[in-house]
Amino acid sequence: MNIIIVGCGKVGQTLAQELNEEDNNITVIDLDGSIVNDVSSRFDVMGVVGNGATHLKQQEAGIKGADLLIAVTGSDELNLLCCLIAKKAGNCHTIARVRSPEYSLEAPYLKEELGLAMVINPEAAAAAEIDRVLRFPSAIKIDTFVKGKVEMLKFRLPEESPLVGCAVKDMASKFHCDVLVCTVEREDDAFIAKGDFVFEGKDIISIIASPRNANDFFRKIKYKINSVKDAMIVGGGEITYYLCERLHRAGIPAKIIEKDRKRCEELCSLWPEVIVINGDAAERETLIEEGVEGAGAFVALTNMDEENILLSLFAKSINKGKLVTKINRIDFDDVVKHLDLDTIIYPKNITSDMILRYVRAMKKTIGSNVETLYSVIKGKIEAAEFFIKDNSGITDKPLAELKLKPDMLIAAIFRGKTVIIPRGNDTIQKGDSVVIVSRVAALHDIDDILM
Amino acid sequence: MNYRMIRYILGWILIFSALFMIVPMITALCYTEKAGLAFLLSAGISAAIGSLYVLKRPAKTELHAREGFVIVSLSWIALSLSGCMPFVFSGAIPHFIDALFETVSGYTTTGASILTEVESLPKCVLMWRSFIHWVGGMGVLVFIMAFMQLSGGQNMHLMKAESPGPSVSKLVPRVRTTAMLLYSIYFVLTLAEFVILLFADMSVFDALNTSFATAGTGGFGVKNTSLGGFSPAVQIIVTVFMMLFATNFSSYYLIMKGSFKDAFNSEIRLFFAIAITAAIIIAVNISDMYGSFGEAARHSAFTVASVMSTTGFATTDFNLWPELSRSLVVILTFVGGCAGSTCGGIKISRIIILFKSMGKELQNLVHPKQVKKIVVDKRPVEHEVVRSVNVYMVCLVMIFVLSLLVISFDNHDFTTNFTSVATCLNNVGPGLNMVGPMGNFAGFSPVSKTMLIFDMLAGRLELFPVLLLFLPDTWKK
Repeated sequence: MNIIIVGCGKVGQTLAQELNEEDNNITVIDLDGSIVNDVSSRFDVMGVVGNGATHLKQQEAGIKGADLLIAVTGSDELNLLCCLIAKKAGNCHTIARVRSPEYSLEAPYLKEELGLAMVINPEAAAAAEIDRVLRFPSAIKIDTFVKGKVEMLKFRLPEESPLVGCAVKDMASKFHCDVLVCTVEREDDAFIAKGDFVFEGKDIISIIASPRNANDFFRKIKYKINSVKDAMIVGGGEITYYLCERLHRAGIPAKIIEKDRKRCEELCSLWPEVIVINGDAAERETLIEEGVEGAGAFVALTNMDEENILLSLFAKSINKGKLVTKINRIDFDDVVKHLDLDTIIYPKNITSDMILRYVRAMKKTIGSNVETLYSVIKGKIEAAEFFIKDNSGITDKPLAELKLKPDMLIAAIFRGKTVIIPRGNDTIQKGDSVVIVSRVAALHDIDDILM
Repeated sequence: MNYRMIRYILGWILIFSALFMIVPMITALCYTEKAGLAFLLSAGISAAIGSLYVLKRPAKTELHAREGFVIVSLSWIALSLSGCMPFVFSGAIPHFIDALFETVSGYTTTGASILTEVESLPKCVLMWRSFIHWVGGMGVLVFIMAFMQLSGGQNMHLMKAESPGPSVSKLVPRVRTTAMLLYSIYFVLTLAEFVILLFADMSVFDALNTSFATAGTGGFGVKNTSLGGFSPAVQIIVTVFMMLFATNFSSYYLIMKGSFKDAFNSEIRLFFAIAITAAIIIAVNISDMYGSFGEAARHSAFTVASVMSTTGFATTDFNLWPELSRSLVVILTFVGGCAGSTCGGIKISRIIILFKSMGKELQNLVHPKQVKKIVVDKRPVEHEVVRSVNVYMVCLVMIFVLSLLVISFDNHDFTTNFTSVATCLNNVGPGLNMVGPMGNFAGFSPVSKTMLIFDMLAGRLELFPVLLLFLPDTWKK
């Protein structure tokens, strides 16, 4: 693929390096000539010096033949403008990094009306990652797929679980919980779980469910997830804002310690149920007074890497709970790794990883009607997203009446902003997006799912 | 310094050098010449030594800028040492230093020869002389690196070190694709010249050799009188192709893409302007010496193209021309062709930058606080590029003075000394007086020849990579 990357910061450079190694033709644009020079001689990419949001510079970078433009400069407005111009000039896919919450809230609008393929917010992505760490042990793998709209949880079923010996179709009546089982891996085999499928111990199961339903489900099948009981967050920045929202949804109480009084007031008016402490977390007394010792999780999210590391090390010394440390600078990750910290979050790495996953998925869908394609079980099972443009044999019929091919599963339906986890009496309508889980390379068009 | 990787790449260079010798071997088979055995022996030795080094691929394939420069210089030295063996073994050039001079002159596309007589040489030896012009013209290392994928994609350092011109840029994002485009253009142009020369009634052997020598802007001929003995049609065809090979190759790509405005940039316009002006002045100046003005114009155009493209072919002995024309030829020796072509010399783009920075300095004397940037084709030139061009010029002058001093020990006349250094350093080939188009370099002592060998290599690799070999810091771990 021909890819243009605007902005050569850390994220831009990581993307240039990784995508170049995956056999894409990369052109980078940046205002700073020396950075462009450096990047284009370190990696096998072409460099253009100038403002990436101008038509002239985009043309110079070959926007006409480009498949994708990724705007990751420091400015939201510039990134959006880059994408708009690219869309008009070259009709390519566009990805923008947008970090301010005002614009992020508009992400669905931006995507739909301005034709952006992906809007990525590094802080929200980091918050999602922290949320995952707090809610689930590392034994549960979470794949967000279909542009991050669906979360798929993958875990190994313990042998003593009541789910063992139960068939998929009896699950709902036996456990009264709203989850959709997608795939099951048993030894070297992978199955798509249909009604008659019976679970066995040691199966690796993947499910789709909302956070609350997932917790409920895990409790009922007696799977210990060691979700934290509460969390102490130091620093009230953007990540904290997004994290509070997620913790609230999952029902985990949070306590924030923030230096700036004004920010404290903002936060407590946004999340009234959260305890907001106005104080300096760098003072030992404050931390101890607020009960760092007993906190289920300690999350260091200040803007200072050094402070985050120091506070985490202190918390580690007196607390046995989970520990999350955010670090902005990625240059010394090898040194940080050797410190005795549990989970380290690099927002920049998360951003570039998410973009990379999108690009890889995009590369696979060229030449078919599939919008995006994700690997669920490597080399065996994948999830494909289709947009339903017209009425056809599959629309407006209850799903129970559709005669699907074996090894096909409708995993999710998107209607506007809502995600429907499909049941037998749901229908697919014109304008929906549908996610189908199937064996690898089985699908090119949505009509392929019928017998 | 990643010494293992340097050795590994040099090993591959030697293997490729052996592969190149297949071409003269085939020639020897066609004409059933015994000299072919000398190539077989040399190829065997090169391949054997090369294989010793490539057996184990180093764990670290990383190359930094300084390794890039060192590899480029050492590769060209290795190519030359390997390539001079057939001359010695076949007895065509019995002395080692003479053979090395001839090979370096071939690879660097200079075309300066120590041979007094070429027509009696075996055809395969002549073919080898022309073929190494062709290989050396485009540079061999980028080709090998890009197609063998020897290092992890960091071939840009090598490309910068090997390609001529003040600043090297890629046509398309990947070095590999860029290299492929450039080599295809090179190949197609060479083929075109070969076919057209066949139509002009040249024999296959002569046409092939002439095409190779023109494409690399080399200048080794297969006749004692260079191209003097061939028909006017052949001379005109070669004139045109010498100019084509001295043009920036990326312009051809831009023309193919349809962006004519970018293709005919100021460098190319100035290149043709200088060439045409010089050709007219010389034609008028020498018109009395030839039967008609047309003939004078043909010789003048050919010589200007030959010297500016740094090829070094001759249709007539310009050594006998009046002083104005002789001086112009020497001045054009320094000018050279466009960046990104196969020719040597200072190159037009550097001359543009040099003149503009001179203008900028003078302007600064009038308005000491004025802020001014050097702009070429409406693009500001980075300060690093301007600085490196200035330093390049200083290095060129210093190497020139040193070389002139060294070869003056041989006690030849000043014109001979001056033009032989100029012609070697700029990879042209012929100079004036003793080293004129009908003369040769056989009269120099081995010490002078070694100095000129250094000049040719330094000129082809644009000074810095070769000078870097003498910096102790380069070799520290």
